[in-house]
Amino acid sequence: MTTTPTRAVPHRPPSTPPPPRRRRTSWLPYLLIAPTLLATAFLLLYPLARNVIISTQEFGLPQLVRGHARFVGLANYTRVLTDAEFWAVVRRTLLFTAINVVLIMLLSTLVALLLVRLGRWTRLLVMSGLVLVWATPVIAATTVFQWLFQSRLGVVNWALVRLGFEGYRDYTWFADGPATFAILVALIVWQSVPFAALSLYAAMVTIPAELYDAARMDGAGAWRVFTTITFPLLRAMFGLVTCLEVIWVVKAFVQIWVISQGGPGQATTTLPVYAFQVAQSLQRYDLGAAVSMLMVLLLVLALLAYFRRLYRQEEVS
Amino acid sequence: MTGRLLRGLAALVVFAVSVFPVYWMVLTAFKPTRDIQAGTPSFLPLSPTFEHFATATSAHGFWSFWRNSLLVAGGAVLLSLAVALLAAFAVARLRWKGRRGFILMVFIAQMTPWEALLIPIYVIARDTGLLDTLWMLTLVYFMITLPFTVVTLRGFLAAIPVDLEEAALVDGCSRAQAFRRAVFPLLAPGLLATSLFGFITAWNEFAFANVLIIKDQDDRTLPVWLSSFSSTFGTDWGATMAASTLFMLPVLLVFLALQGRVTTGIVGGAVKG
Repeated sequence: MTTTPTRAVPHRPPSTPPPPRRRRTSWLPYLLIAPTLLATAFLLLYPLARNVIISTQEFGLPQLVRGHARFVGLANYTRVLTDAEFWAVVRRTLLFTAINVVLIMLLSTLVALLLVRLGRWTRLLVMSGLVLVWATPVIAATTVFQWLFQSRLGVVNWALVRLGFEGYRDYTWFADGPATFAILVALIVWQSVPFAALSLYAAMVTIPAELYDAARMDGAGAWRVFTTITFPLLRAMFGLVTCLEVIWVVKAFVQIWVISQGGPGQATTTLPVYAFQVAQSLQRYDLGAAVSMLMVLLLVLALLAYFRRLYRQEEVS
Repeated sequence: MTGRLLRGLAALVVFAVSVFPVYWMVLTAFKPTRDIQAGTPSFLPLSPTFEHFATATSAHGFWSFWRNSLLVAGGAVLLSLAVALLAAFAVARLRWKGRRGFILMVFIAQMTPWEALLIPIYVIARDTGLLDTLWMLTLVYFMITLPFTVVTLRGFLAAIPVDLEEAALVDGCSRAQAFRRAVFPLLAPGLLATSLFGFITAWNEFAFANVLIIKDQDDRTLPVWLSSFSSTFGTDWGATMAASTLFMLPVLLVFLALQGRVTTGIVGGAVKG
């Protein structure tokens, strides 16, 4: 990651006051960051605080319209945490995240290793394909995937029938829970691999070629080279990308909401979708807020891991 | 030799899997309806047509959704550019107490799971009478893009040597003049890249647009309209794919315009914060 523009703030003293360490603190920097601080306070911290408050109130449609919400302590959390459906959603979210992240990391590592070994033009071709996927807006991707898996005219069913799977003639993917789940996994993996693969590739090219040559001279095979050189050297990078993908998959909302709204049944309801369902269709904003706070808690765990790695990476470089 | 062949084959598979869905979208958009409904799909544009694009663009409200998206994304980006430039300057060029804390705050803000804030922001919008206005959406998108903009601009600024500014200061320029004359020209490409990337983020956003604009359907943005294509186009997949293509076009143009900067710069920026 030597090409990052966000590297290293200059270590030398600032250019303003001629004597290097004078005690005069200027008000200028605080004036400059004031707009950012104000925006963050009003548009980020306040909504977050409001979410906490709503999650400790009785807040349904009447309170939304007339106000005067009553404080109920942790009642909403108790109700959510004792609800079997919530735990089913948590389990599903964890499963969904695990499947997606494992697939993403596996495939993007393979793609990155492939990129390193390709000739210049082939690499450029594959990379431009990856960037194209990366540039595809989520909404455009979801409409296309719906079209690919359409029952009567979809190209996937056509191909499956051609390959001899007669059962897929006019097969309605989106009526079946596991099938919809699988399509959402395919969609999210397809969208996530480019970023992960390009990041890993960018890290891999920083490894000096001599290391590889030395290992090969010692007779190490491809797998051994990967486990003894590539992976240990890029451990931090793998950690970072994994954390980012975990966060990205856990909070994936748009794809699921647009394709299945969490259905059929509850087959694809993950935490963010569940929070929104509870708030929107049941108009229990209090319970929805509690669920989303619990999701934030889950994400904070992943975030802490991410920041720890980020911090270490920053120390190293 | 076999290794080379295998690698070539693998490269082909990766390329095909990446590109096929997008290719299929564009291809469908150009296919005549009878080809779309044929039992055996054709994989090449044998008789391209613009009829689906005509259907999509003449759908009710298409141009106002387009305009709304442009207004909201453009407004958010301009706002965050102005606010972030000040903060980025303070972080990259000045030394002050609390700087590290501020940087940490921006990093954390960048990781905000916005999906968890749908409910309070909906409630706040209702309370303040900003529900169903593009203003609220603009403000939310401004905040979503702000941390990223600060981080990236700080990076671009830090890469510009301080000596240039110092020379201008010695020549008798004020701080603002020095910035405008010495730094700004060098920063312009970075500003452009950052703002275009922020623009894409706002252009693509769906969840908040879906929640905050409910009553007045003409105030919707393109992603929300596109997500409800079945109520607009029914089973007209040609028109749906044409609309998706039109929606993706500006994003693709931005990526093409930024090329290397996006792939190296943003990968680095996103990973290293």
